[in-house]
Amino acid sequence: MSETKNIRELIDVIRSKNAGPYELTFDFIFKSFEIYDKVKESGVINKELIAELYDIPVDDVISVINYDPAKAIKATIVRPCSSGAVGETDVYGAQQHAPLLSIEIPM
Amino acid sequence: MEEVRILSPTAILGYGFPKESFERGLEKEPDLIAVDAGSTDPGPYYLGAGISFTDKTAVKRDLKLMIKAGQQRDIPVVLGTAGGAGGEPHLEWCTEIVKEIAEEENLSFKLATIQSEQDIDYILDKFEAGEVSALSPAEETTKEELKASTRIVGQMGVEPIIKALEKEAEVIVAGRAYDPTVFASFCIKEGFSAGLALHMGKIMECASIAAKPGSGSDSMFGILREDHFILEPLNKDRRCTTTSVAAHTLYEKANPLELHGPGGVIDLSETEFEQLDKRRVRVTGSKFIEDEEYTVKLEGAKKVGYRTLSIAGTRDPIMINELDHIKEVVRETVRDNFDDLSEDDYQLLFRIYGKDGVMGDLEPEDEIMSHEVGIVIEVVAKTQELANTICSFARSTMLHYGYPGRVATAGNLAFPYSPSDLKAGEVYEFNLHHLITVDDPCALFPMELEEV
Repeated sequence: MSETKNIRELIDVIRSKNAGPYELTFDFIFKSFEIYDKVKESGVINKELIAELYDIPVDDVISVINYDPAKAIKATIVRPCSSGAVGETDVYGAQQHAPLLSIEIPM
Repeated sequence: MEEVRILSPTAILGYGFPKESFERGLEKEPDLIAVDAGSTDPGPYYLGAGISFTDKTAVKRDLKLMIKAGQQRDIPVVLGTAGGAGGEPHLEWCTEIVKEIAEEENLSFKLATIQSEQDIDYILDKFEAGEVSALSPAEETTKEELKASTRIVGQMGVEPIIKALEKEAEVIVAGRAYDPTVFASFCIKEGFSAGLALHMGKIMECASIAAKPGSGSDSMFGILREDHFILEPLNKDRRCTTTSVAAHTLYEKANPLELHGPGGVIDLSETEFEQLDKRRVRVTGSKFIEDEEYTVKLEGAKKVGYRTLSIAGTRDPIMINELDHIKEVVRETVRDNFDDLSEDDYQLLFRIYGKDGVMGDLEPEDEIMSHEVGIVIEVVAKTQELANTICSFARSTMLHYGYPGRVATAGNLAFPYSPSDLKAGEVYEFNLHHLITVDDPCALFPMELEEV
């Protein structure tokens, strides 16, 4: 068994935000390019993982994209309802990141 | 022109900026002062209600500094998504502020206003002609849904603003505009690369959010040249780093490699970020790929009713344990007491802070872990009176319900306010996030010129 590290040790930024009123996007910005490369290679952050963490169908995960220049991984999901709709809980989408903080990465 | 020098004072007009940063920007001899004034982020209410989410006094403070500086230096001042949402009342509100400033400061200049609010019948015609399509993941719309819209705006590209610049407008107040356009229009008009201009605009519209430490209320300076642009925060305590700028490129967007906007896509697959010195970053390689058909994004909001809220908390562990049951009983009691009302007449919601108040359906924890929880009773109904009635009844029912195991019989809820019920007024929802095909990028955005 390889050792794992909690993602909190590896990131500068984890955040959620609206990408327009119909999508929610998550950014992981890593502490260094070395760490970013390792996480990218591990492939742990993928559509299935995001779907599992938020208990949503994989089809609702629009994309998981590695963005080398920012040593960042970005995942985007369909918003459960449009921003500000009746019953919505987070108009800016800025407090939906917490489940991501439990991710463990094999290092 | 060999280069375009741009001052972006703040991330959103009305968010403020230190005068010192702004003056440092003026010393760098900008060719343009531009600012983004809005967003869909604050939600559908502002678009629907025709009200700004920024405060008039704050907007006027920012604008006064910008317009005075623009006039002193004889350079244009461009602002986009006026009034926060870019509808007709928003534009009117903002134009009024500009005119007040002109009068108070004894200024006179050529003012261009560019409308972006759309005539609903015109959009209906275009829809029937098959020229309105959903921007995924929004669903396809219908005639009925379009008719229900309270207000629709189109998101303009650079073309209408270029037109105003060509008419030598000194202050341009644009309705809903794609955020980068207020910066990019001038650059594209001067013959610079649209890809670099729009990418620079995408970063500069958030001003110093792209710096480290980031701030939405501090200024940024950008210089665009033939094959690159350079960004520098104007507060000496902030720095642009390759990662702060690259990281900002992906902010609020689904895909950092392809940014879709009016008329095409900014392709960032070959973009490179280079640290010039401690505080400046140089960016190269961003390209603009034109779409075959020019599309404009439409944003719409419709009124869905009126809201009344009651905010309360509970500290009783027996009650907290029974919350799901209590919610159901209150809901049933309301239904039973008002059985002449149909399901469409009102919606009753309970928001449980301490359980899933923040994440709703996305919340992975299903147990309440807290010793106290916040409860917001919310009603959205056809009329304000009905919302008040249902909220009042639900609140009193929840306050006195004898749930299983109850030992505290004085009342189940702690109210922080009197009155306990807050009338929150009109409620809107976004109902349009669609693309419309146009032949002329300026067709949806009529401009008016006047001397003030």
